[in-house]
Amino acid sequence: MAGSGKRVGLLVTCLVDLIRPSIGFAAVKLLERAGCVVEVPQQSCCGQPAFNSGDRATARAIAEQVIAAFEHCDYIVAPSGSCAGQVRVHYPELFEGDPNWQPRADAFAAKTYELMQFLVGVLGVTGTEARYEGAATYHDSCSSLRECGVREEPRKLLGSVEGLTLKDLSDSETCCGFGGTFCVKYPDISNAMVTKKAANVAATGADMLLGGDLGCLMNIAGKLAREGRTLAVRHVAEVLAGQLDQPPIGAPTEREARSAAPEASR
Amino acid sequence: MTHHTTSPRFKDNAKAALVDPELQKALHFVETNFPQRRRNVADMLPEFDALRDAARDIKNHTLSFLDLYLETFETRATARGSQVHFAVTAEEANRIVADICRTHGAKTITKGKSMVGEETGLNAFLEANGFAPVETDLGEYIIQIRHELPSHIIMPAVHLRKAQIEADFRRVHKDLPKERNLDEPAALLAEARATLRAKFLAADVGITGANFLIAETGSAVIVTNEGNGDLTATLPKVHIVLASIEKIVPSLEDMAQLMRVLARSATGQEMSVYTTIFTGPRRPDDPDGPVEHHIVIVDNGRTAMLAGKFRDMLRCIRCGACLNHCPVYHAVGGHAYGWVYPGPMGAVLTPSLIGIDKAGHLPNASTFCGRCEEVCPVRIPLPRLMRFWREREFERRLSPTVQRTGLKLWAFFAKRPRLYRLATAPAMQVLAWFGRKQGRFRFLPLATGWTKHRDLPAPQGKTFQEQWRERGRP
Repeated sequence: MAGSGKRVGLLVTCLVDLIRPSIGFAAVKLLERAGCVVEVPQQSCCGQPAFNSGDRATARAIAEQVIAAFEHCDYIVAPSGSCAGQVRVHYPELFEGDPNWQPRADAFAAKTYELMQFLVGVLGVTGTEARYEGAATYHDSCSSLRECGVREEPRKLLGSVEGLTLKDLSDSETCCGFGGTFCVKYPDISNAMVTKKAANVAATGADMLLGGDLGCLMNIAGKLAREGRTLAVRHVAEVLAGQLDQPPIGAPTEREARSAAPEASR
Repeated sequence: MTHHTTSPRFKDNAKAALVDPELQKALHFVETNFPQRRRNVADMLPEFDALRDAARDIKNHTLSFLDLYLETFETRATARGSQVHFAVTAEEANRIVADICRTHGAKTITKGKSMVGEETGLNAFLEANGFAPVETDLGEYIIQIRHELPSHIIMPAVHLRKAQIEADFRRVHKDLPKERNLDEPAALLAEARATLRAKFLAADVGITGANFLIAETGSAVIVTNEGNGDLTATLPKVHIVLASIEKIVPSLEDMAQLMRVLARSATGQEMSVYTTIFTGPRRPDDPDGPVEHHIVIVDNGRTAMLAGKFRDMLRCIRCGACLNHCPVYHAVGGHAYGWVYPGPMGAVLTPSLIGIDKAGHLPNASTFCGRCEEVCPVRIPLPRLMRFWREREFERRLSPTVQRTGLKLWAFFAKRPRLYRLATAPAMQVLAWFGRKQGRFRFLPLATGWTKHRDLPAPQGKTFQEQWRERGRP
């Protein structure tokens, strides 16, 4: 197998770690199925919130810690274009001109990948055995698209999911308005952006929205829910791994949904 | 005499813009038209990205030898009979222009659109000195009679709808008959043209900007779609060019390369309608042209940028592609940014010109989606430069206290992964328990910035790292 024996360090990402571990387990399943040996070094975050807030010293301290914890791995893979982009593009920038750290950061960046990019581009995975009956649409997160250059990979893999129809999302390359701390620093502008995004998603007629970054997905799922739309929102890895036992992002578990429903509607 | 800025009130400006229905319609037009237009012409040109690399390299080369090229320009332009003036500050530039107008006893002054003229506040300065400059670019004329700043660097009145412009014309053009039908854009154009034609013919001094200054020949180049620049430059007996130092390019050939990316990036045209190269004043056997040709080259802080972290910004050729592709610009429009330069390029340039203490919101109001950098014809890393401003703010403790405290607290844990894991695990369990019924929160204390407009998906429960360790895995 393409990945046989390759030691992959999973950069779980802070959002997946805290909010939606099922994405992490789906990523592990996909990587192991391709023959990789997955490990999860103790971790917190890639440091992007500090970096984008102008706190370079903290961003650097966290980057040093991530590099030290993961650099023994053959590859570092994140189920997020945003965190992978932070490592691939911005870690080298953080250590620019540092004779000790720059070579380490460069080497580290060169073996770090976004999950879809790694599966398709490095391991040569062409399909999956997963099934999903329904129509889905896909939102390109900005960092996946522009920092990692991921566009066709998730679509290619989704194309192999039996029963799944992929519908084009208009403006799929336009930002959803999440932007890390942007969405809470400028909530009104962020809202205008995610309102457009939610409308475009709904207009596809798909019953599920997929994407590769939990931040964006939480933002769009939160907006769809607030508007009373019933689309399911999931990370693309969950569908590809066939791990749909957890309710979609922002949805209650079936048991809770049943018990919360009023008597009459049972 | 530069414009009063409302940049510190960016948030309020944005809020008002978001609920302005006419503005939103105008912005929708930008969002749904210009990115597609650019894409269409770029796709027609297989070498477009290679041209962007060449454009970047030409600009970088010029900036590396800027002093040399400025001197060459001065020598060559002077040899052709132009008078070259250097202005260190905006005030100095305005004063030089006003002095020339005064020397010639100018009664009527026409102006072609000039962003650096907006930057120096030239119109206000001239008015304060008893002159009455008239803008001749249609969009710029409209905002002049509305006493507004341009809302876009190449389409100054793009924030307005037809009916608003008609109302302005009826208000200002006193001789306009009430019964005249102005429903069609062409009728509005004819009305503006009739008014402006008289000004063109009467003008004593014409002032234009420049898209490029060519060191090799001492020429100034302007591109327009209306031809107003040519009438402004050639009809009066004095033509003044106002341009900032980074407009210099070495040769005509370099200009030709840059021209290939300029209009394509800006309006999605292969070329603008009029491109004019002005070299010196009228020669004895020329049929027309100004008797005197002045070129005022403005620094206004750019030399400082040249030596610092924002040098890349001096490559900007003012095409406006970054505005046309910016989702934040699409949401709030140009006036929300509160000064002359809006959108991503403004978010980088404005703090250099009016100070980060006043313009702090601008580089922060970005999701770093990267679309601006993706389309920039000279490949300016705009998000990276905005981040540099955030770093300046952080170093100078200008960012809001709540944000700084939150960041500090988060950083304390993020720098200690074991402590982080132990602290976050129970917190997520608690949140998951509270959120279990709906799977999301409609309201959550401390997260109102989020829950004001959207639900917050609840965590699943145990963190990934806890579950991983429970399974005994490395």
